[in-house]
Amino acid sequence: MGYVAIKGGSQAIEGTKAVFDYLRTRQSNNAQPLDSDTIEHQLRLLHSRVISEGGVYHPKLASLAIKQAQGDTLEAAFILRAYRSTQPRLAETPILDTSKMRITRRISSAFKDIPGGQMLGATTDYHLRLMRMDLLDESPERFHAITKNWLSERTDTDIPDTFPKVLEGLRKEGLLPPINKAERSQQAFDITREPLIFPVPRSAALATMARAEQGSLLAIAYSNMRGYGDVHPTVAELRVGYLPVMLPHPITGELTEIGEVEITECEVVAAYDEQGCSSVAGGRKPGATEGDGSKDKPTFTLGYGACFGHNEVKAVSMAILDRSLQKGMKDGPSNPSEDPEYVLLHVDGIDSMGFCTHYKMPHYVTFQSDMDRLRTTQQKQDQKQNQKEQTA
Amino acid sequence: MSASYPFGFLDEYAKKEVRRSALKAVAIPGYQVPYSSREMPMGRGFGTGGLQLTLSLLGKGETLKVIDQGSDDSVNAVNLRSFIEMTCEGIHTTTRTDEADFIQSRHRIPEKPLREDQLIVLQVPYPDPLVIVEPSEDKRKMLHGEGDYSRLLVKLYEDIVKFDEITISHRYPTRINGHYVIDPSPIPRWDVPKLHQSPALILLGAGREKKIYAVPPYTNAEPLAFDDVPFRTEDFIDKTGQRRACNRCGCTSSFLDEFVDSNTGEKVYQCSDADWCDEQRSTEKSESIDLEEREVANG
Repeated sequence: MGYVAIKGGSQAIEGTKAVFDYLRTRQSNNAQPLDSDTIEHQLRLLHSRVISEGGVYHPKLASLAIKQAQGDTLEAAFILRAYRSTQPRLAETPILDTSKMRITRRISSAFKDIPGGQMLGATTDYHLRLMRMDLLDESPERFHAITKNWLSERTDTDIPDTFPKVLEGLRKEGLLPPINKAERSQQAFDITREPLIFPVPRSAALATMARAEQGSLLAIAYSNMRGYGDVHPTVAELRVGYLPVMLPHPITGELTEIGEVEITECEVVAAYDEQGCSSVAGGRKPGATEGDGSKDKPTFTLGYGACFGHNEVKAVSMAILDRSLQKGMKDGPSNPSEDPEYVLLHVDGIDSMGFCTHYKMPHYVTFQSDMDRLRTTQQKQDQKQNQKEQTA
Repeated sequence: MSASYPFGFLDEYAKKEVRRSALKAVAIPGYQVPYSSREMPMGRGFGTGGLQLTLSLLGKGETLKVIDQGSDDSVNAVNLRSFIEMTCEGIHTTTRTDEADFIQSRHRIPEKPLREDQLIVLQVPYPDPLVIVEPSEDKRKMLHGEGDYSRLLVKLYEDIVKFDEITISHRYPTRINGHYVIDPSPIPRWDVPKLHQSPALILLGAGREKKIYAVPPYTNAEPLAFDDVPFRTEDFIDKTGQRRACNRCGCTSSFLDEFVDSNTGEKVYQCSDADWCDEQRSTEKSESIDLEEREVANG
């Protein structure tokens, strides 16, 4: 009998790569390989999800990752994230102003009539989830006609360039805590360069959630919505669109637009608070950070969510969790969604799927060790039993 | 578009951070140094912490050995080794413990005693031994700082009360240099004594949990135990009181893997450390050749 342990690893790995790739291609003879543009457009929301969880805004490589991972979102985000490790961080943008976004969709569930108006844009929210059988066998002609028809019915002036933020109005009325200037001037925590050591600032929590796995965020946010928490949010504004990215010009130093990224942003307003929750990060003393007279008036509290791509469920979940975490940081957590360690260490898809997958690796040595303990314990208890019987 | 990778895959800033964290870990034996931990192209839990240490520390011309469960040819070891070979041009690899400058391992420390000029990196899933008694990292940090391991000792005591035996089988909590208690990674208890006063530097890397810690050379490493209940390693004594031997090389002093022979249905034991097993076999062979030669000479 030979050495049975875990021989033949190299061959097995090559074999599994080959069969994995074979499954991607076994279709009919006239099958076309997926090209990255097709993935980016026809699987737009899958692409959004991967770019957001991957944490690098690289639409082309995100498409490649989806193709390579055969559509597994966790795996695709992982490939993109690993690519990120090879890239140095060269520059940091200033805080970008989302009121300058080129909007494709913006809604408010707080007010019927918001400045600039509601703009539904592309959403499945009001679709009947019935099978569209006509898509089963779609001809290229009909496919192309859809774009042509839609564009011919629009004019450039249909959509304003930018929309004001809904929250501005509420803030002017004194229903929201004033902007915490101390918090704003703080350097944002870079989760890609620093480990989370608790307690962490709010910017670290936001950054972690921005590239978190959507399902994980949703599950914890949902627990809060159902009663393991009390955020009771109202979506003050949800906007989707393209945010201009500004960097200082290398020669003049003047802020210059270097491109744009598609993002989803959500602001929720929640039950009011005596001192206003947003002063939490500035200090624990009530109202200590704010100099104006409104500090003692109760105000609504805010939750903020934003991520790359078009991922509305993620942005809303994140905003709810931002609010619940702020409460937990202030008063101590009273449920999982308010506990920063619980939420922030368990929402990363790359971490959690990696660890879950690793259980499929051999654990012979540790299991051998486990058996040793169990057998010894059983022996000892048998001996005890025997002794008892003998003395009885 | 082609993705070309820098030496050691990681960008230079990342490698520098890992090196500095490793230095700090050596300076404070057993202390878990937090570091940012980059995503690697293999799963979290597959040794990304160990891998980042290896990629940051390994230099051209050095010789590397990668093992998983004691085996150089297990799927994961093969995968890690070929990735390191692909991204670190100019390094050598070996399966011989003797020949390696640098060993990356999961779940085992080689049977052959390591030397001063060698370094071993262990892959760590759970860096904190206190996690079994305290889920919050914030609170655990305080307990470590105060050297307060009373709850761990209570857990060991409760084991004895309930099961007449300490039930921790692997990842056995071990006190380093008289202060910090570490999780020595899922090595069996068999390997824990090898940490004590080891001539080789032992580095431990947890990628997912973003921690690096170390057992520096010639440092005390004492598994937690009681005066009247000493620490015990796995024993491989059969019903007749004999130490089981490796079915392949006959060694009676190594950690054994147990499995069932698919032909006979019998339980079979073999060395978990593949290189050790091969070496025992070859020395056995050469000894028997020596014997034959002597017999020939005498005859």
